[in-house]
Amino acid sequence: MAVEVRLPTVLRSQAGGRSTVSVEGSTVGEVLHALVSAHPGMSEQVLNPDGTLHRFVNVYVNDDDVRYLSALDTPVKEGDEVSILPAVAGG
Amino acid sequence: MGIARNVLELIGNTPMVDISGLSPNPDVAMVLKLEGRNPGGSVKDRVALSLVERAEADGVLAPGSGQVLLEPTSGNTGIGLALVSRVRGYHLKVVLPTNVSIERRQLLEAFGAEIIESPGEEGSNGAVRLALRLAEEHPEWTMLYQYANEANPEAHYRTTGPEVWRDCPEVTHLVSGLGTSGTLLGVGRYLKEQNPAVQVWAVEPPAGERVEGLRNLDDGYVPPIFEQLGGAQLLDRKTVVRPRDSLEATRRLLSEAGLFVGISTGAALAGAMRCAKQIPAGERATIVIISADDGWKYLSTGVWTDDLDIVTKRAENTIYF
Repeated sequence: MAVEVRLPTVLRSQAGGRSTVSVEGSTVGEVLHALVSAHPGMSEQVLNPDGTLHRFVNVYVNDDDVRYLSALDTPVKEGDEVSILPAVAGG
Repeated sequence: MGIARNVLELIGNTPMVDISGLSPNPDVAMVLKLEGRNPGGSVKDRVALSLVERAEADGVLAPGSGQVLLEPTSGNTGIGLALVSRVRGYHLKVVLPTNVSIERRQLLEAFGAEIIESPGEEGSNGAVRLALRLAEEHPEWTMLYQYANEANPEAHYRTTGPEVWRDCPEVTHLVSGLGTSGTLLGVGRYLKEQNPAVQVWAVEPPAGERVEGLRNLDDGYVPPIFEQLGGAQLLDRKTVVRPRDSLEATRRLLSEAGLFVGISTGAALAGAMRCAKQIPAGERATIVIISADDGWKYLSTGVWTDDLDIVTKRAENTIYF
């Protein structure tokens, strides 16, 4: 099923300047693999060579960080929004 | 309460207030801990004092020496350190992104801190990078480095956590903003030691979404203390709250509860509301929310006075955590 992926500024140039793209998948892992297959320029930035999530990338389903859900196995359904955000500091 | 010997003794022991009227779940109580009541106006006074006291105990700093402190900050830690520096006799240089609220800057200037600007488009990560470079170039300066110094979460483990437990032992959930991760690590660990069933929720703004100055995601930053102290194992949930929801909640706190608090508190409340909605009906719970600061530093952003669409646009380009 199609899921909207919201991209941070730093990744938009890899997607023709778009801030959201629509990709297929039923888990976060499937969505991210579909995303990097469609936009290979993102692959090294989002996923590690072993397929795990890059240390400085946070991925959210409906604004909940998937590292505290089921990580790449977190299910997604039609209408969910997946967002990718770079890790930044505060304080 | 007697007479404090100096302003630093007024840090901590902040009040808590029931805001259950804002809870979306009638079985879930909400309590706000007002860290804006600290003398420097934010939760970061506790951290600043702890960082300086640790360095003094280690012999790195000597009170009254006029030694130079350097710190990257989006504002509140800088203000806390500036306050402590005034009393203890140090000279503070802060590395501050250009896109923080004007009041944060003004307060730093009022307390006598020297401001070194970092590019706003690089966000807080840029401030950290520049400060690390300056620290290397100036070994005579002392960088206490809130992001990597265990005295940061330790301040909350020693003071904020025990205060929450003393005043609200019925706590079932802790919700707080995630910046350096110090508050969550310190208070969260303390509360879980008292009652392992306590759930810890982190709230963060989508700060990295619009940071134009990131060349790639390798420019990202995870505070070393978060990784060293097992932050990922401690947190039960981490959720993003976007500017509009944060601002709406900040307004509701004032209009419905009379509480004039900063935008990050609105974000924390919006996160707590999400948490409350997920607690099954009939299950009693008490969410403690840490309010990092009061509203004074955000008046210029028009949070309470201007059109919400306009304020949301402004907030998207301002660092408020």
